[in-house]
Amino acid sequence: MESDAFETHTGNRGLRLEEPLIFEQDAAGRSGVDLPDPPPVQNRLGGLERDTSIGLPGLSEPQVVRHYTRLSQKNYAIDAGFYPLGSCTMKHNPRLNEKMARLPGFADLHPLQPEATVQGALKLIDTLAHWIKTLTGMPAVAMSPAAGAHGELCGLMSARAALEARGDARKRVLVPDSAHGTNPATAALCGYSVEAIPLNDRGRVDLGALKAALDGDVAAFMLTNPNTCGLFEDEILEQSQAVHDAGAFFYCDGANFNAIVGRVRPGDLGIDCMHLNLHKTFSTPHGGGGPGSGPVVLSDALAAFAPLPWVVHGAGGFELVEHAGDAVKAAPYGRMKAFHGQMGMFVRALAYMMSHGADGLRQVSSDAVLNANYLLAELSGVLSLAYDGPCMHEVLFDDGFLKGTDVTTLDFAKAMIDEGFHPMTMYFPLVVHGALLMEPTETESRESLDQFVDAMRHLAARAKAGEAAAFQNAPVYTPRRRLDETAAARRPVLRWRPEAIRGEAAE
Amino acid sequence: MRYLPLTDADRQHMLGAIGVPSVDDLFRDVPDSVHLKEPVDLPFHQGELEVERTLTGLAAENIAAGSVPFFLGAGAYRHHVPAAVDHLIQRGEFLTSYTPYQPEVSQGTLQYLFEFQTQVALITGMDVANASMYDGATSCAEAALMARRVTRRSDVVLSGGLHPHYTETTETLLKFIDSTIEVMPPDVAGEEDIGSRIGDGTACVIVQYPDMFGRVRDLQPIADACHDSGALLVVVMNEVVALGALKAPGDMGADIVAAEGRSLGNPLNFGGPYLGLFATREKYVRQMPGRLAGETVDVDGKRGWVLTLSTREQHIRREKATSNICTNSGLCALAFTIHLSLLGEEGFRRLAALNHAKTVQLADRLADAGLDVLNDTFFNELTVRLGCPAGPLVDRLAADGILAGVPVSRLLPGNEAVADLLLVSATETVTDDDMTRLCAALKEAA
Amino acid sequence: MSDLRYSKEHEWVRLEGDVATVGISDFAQAQLGDVVFVELPEPGRQVEQNGDACVVESVKAASEVYAPVSGEIVEVNSALEEDPELVNQAPTGAGWFMKIRISDPSQVEAMMDEAAYEAFTASQG
Repeated sequence: MESDAFETHTGNRGLRLEEPLIFEQDAAGRSGVDLPDPPPVQNRLGGLERDTSIGLPGLSEPQVVRHYTRLSQKNYAIDAGFYPLGSCTMKHNPRLNEKMARLPGFADLHPLQPEATVQGALKLIDTLAHWIKTLTGMPAVAMSPAAGAHGELCGLMSARAALEARGDARKRVLVPDSAHGTNPATAALCGYSVEAIPLNDRGRVDLGALKAALDGDVAAFMLTNPNTCGLFEDEILEQSQAVHDAGAFFYCDGANFNAIVGRVRPGDLGIDCMHLNLHKTFSTPHGGGGPGSGPVVLSDALAAFAPLPWVVHGAGGFELVEHAGDAVKAAPYGRMKAFHGQMGMFVRALAYMMSHGADGLRQVSSDAVLNANYLLAELSGVLSLAYDGPCMHEVLFDDGFLKGTDVTTLDFAKAMIDEGFHPMTMYFPLVVHGALLMEPTETESRESLDQFVDAMRHLAARAKAGEAAAFQNAPVYTPRRRLDETAAARRPVLRWRPEAIRGEAAE
Repeated sequence: MRYLPLTDADRQHMLGAIGVPSVDDLFRDVPDSVHLKEPVDLPFHQGELEVERTLTGLAAENIAAGSVPFFLGAGAYRHHVPAAVDHLIQRGEFLTSYTPYQPEVSQGTLQYLFEFQTQVALITGMDVANASMYDGATSCAEAALMARRVTRRSDVVLSGGLHPHYTETTETLLKFIDSTIEVMPPDVAGEEDIGSRIGDGTACVIVQYPDMFGRVRDLQPIADACHDSGALLVVVMNEVVALGALKAPGDMGADIVAAEGRSLGNPLNFGGPYLGLFATREKYVRQMPGRLAGETVDVDGKRGWVLTLSTREQHIRREKATSNICTNSGLCALAFTIHLSLLGEEGFRRLAALNHAKTVQLADRLADAGLDVLNDTFFNELTVRLGCPAGPLVDRLAADGILAGVPVSRLLPGNEAVADLLLVSATETVTDDDMTRLCAALKEAA
Repeated sequence: MSDLRYSKEHEWVRLEGDVATVGISDFAQAQLGDVVFVELPEPGRQVEQNGDACVVESVKAASEVYAPVSGEIVEVNSALEEDPELVNQAPTGAGWFMKIRISDPSQVEAMMDEAAYEAFTASQG
């Protein structure tokens, strides 16, 4: 190991730089901006002017730039290396997208400017909507949802609104065992109870169990396809038939659309609504957890029940329908957020789609699935495969290969960090023990995958050779090693406080 | 294709390793009847130059706010963002990382979220804040849900001073659960008595500060009325810069502050992405929605940060989660934090003072021009009664190259009482010349 | 043998007069791992047998604690607010959750004694 390691005076280790909080770098009166003196006026704050100090630290611009540069260096990122986080589609984020989103003609537009002054922006939304509808084979799309879970809510609310419009109150939503946690949370927000449907031994929804659960009380079936085990639901046409026979709606979680974009249209599968994560399939950056964008495609049965607002072609150009009273042949259930949608993400997604085109997007899913199956082939003798392939864009292993080693999936993931990789998704889906879900995406080269495969073989061999202690000690080459999450949750410290107050709180 | 590293030779090698003749074989679980054989009917791939040409053309069909005299607010206020902000958020380590689920390789994101939470708590005068939500309107709606959990009561009262889009978003989120929402009529006169609407079933009262017409009022009496009845006070803010000049809601009894934070660090973006702020009292922290970064130590005893209290969230609690929210506005939160770090105490207060002073000047000049300014109090936005329908007038001025403000009728259509009201905002970006042009144009038109 | 009675949901009760002290078993705390928070009910609340009463959280999981007997909650263990680790350290002692004034003594009699519970957990693997 680090035989020549020594403690430095600063705590820094070369490029690994320690960095205090901004609050610990304060000097009163310092500022990183130069603003003019406000003109002298009599204030009109109604006696509510702030009369106490806020406690914000003062730093100059060079200090702020250095601070956040140092913080950035403590992050792993897709720009830096392989990030096979299953179901998250960590693909390359093209920089053209960033450049286009920053054009003042998009970024410096107010959402409530007169329509005549934003025709290009409305046309962009309309064009993106056309691409999305064509790629999914669906007649309508609601553009405003801000993220995947927000899109789920949008889709399920459309379903409920449609059911209520036909006077058909239903109480239950069916969700497979393998579903992402947002699905049941969304169903609950829509006022539905959730019933789990088991998987069969091939990792797909048990069709018999689904049919048995479907009755006149089921509002919707929420499926993820390809599912969270990385498999295409090969009985999806039968599922769709059964769902519709019961008078229910078929919701599809589109988080895994990257596997099928350009090859399979959800509209052809009988799906009634599906959200797309523009920040997954269409390369808008994840940004450390957001912002996202989650447009929802809707079938003919649900199109009239989309949320406000939307763009229409009017006599004099594009128009926004912002109020229920202005809606023609539609019954919107309301508004999902303050304004029209994630315009910044729309520009990026359209730049991405145009760059790839219809031919390139088909190549995206082909290469994504090829890369995942390559990992499956190269690693199935090393790790333990949960279900037989072919897989789609991600491959699921369980922790069977670690049996008897005293190494857990978590330990294994932490050792991957020392090898310079971001770990895969762990312990999800819940249907297999100690899950390891790997999604390589189409933007990884063969060389990158080969290096990863070699490293995984090496780690598996070390685990089996009895080096459990080293795994339990990992990672060691990171800015911080394993963190005490129990202490963080027992006595939460969620903000900085000045030393004096910290001291009092501790007494 | 420039984003795809695999060569045909790679693909052949990999297919060989897998043991199938073609990629189509990997899709054999897709029913043949729905497996497309050809690309869909859309244009084929294009180079950077061609994409850039098309999109730049679309951008040119819009009037950018910065290119004309600009006075729009109504929930989205235009501010100058220092150049360092956009440079730093484009560092790939911030831009292209995921949610910090692996804390050892995400200390950068976790530390800035901790700084963000602290800044939000400080400026709102609250104890704790989460790591952001979609936007101010969804924060507002989530505050109503949280108040229901805390009080175990079902009903919500929304002030007539609340931004109508926030009202609508809250109504949407509560639409299908057992809850009565009382929406007060638009409070044009500023005489709303919301305290009298609180009953035994009231979970919370939601008021806006400054309200949608720009007025500020002391919230303490409303807070007292809420607390006397066991309800919570939710304070919504559209314009977070106001907190540099105004007393914090936390100092006037607010239980939850739900705010739009985009003003700091982020462009107008035609409505998204925006930045929902959410802050509350320590005692309610476990009922708060959204992600949280918390301080802890690593195995070497060094201070570090982790996502914490995640058992509240959907990936663990599923249908019993506090919210279905998963994604936040991480990168927008970073931009906010960097901008506020650059401002510091002095800069933030000066920015707020500058906004207010500009708007005072504008109010005086509008009055001098003979226009009827309704507000006695305001921060950086006020309401003008034009005496003629505001919508067509704004369209006319836009054609003349002045973006004059937001007609209230855009937010509240079909309400005759507000049809001639115009919301006008002056931030630090407005010049004397802009004001001269606006006042002259309004005087001539009205 | 102790005077504790156990439910199949891994709660225990200790009856004194008509008041039952309730907690979770040593087996249950070991399954949960480090307990970080206990959401306690409000005293005065009526609970039904097998109805939701508390939530116990570890870092990665949140579990419902059901009322093993029906009755009125007369006291909760507020020490758990500051020291949730008591549930791990002394699950059948200082880590108790709540006291219920029972409405039906036969519910307690129907619960498992320690030997039966040990056999039950052994069969759970």
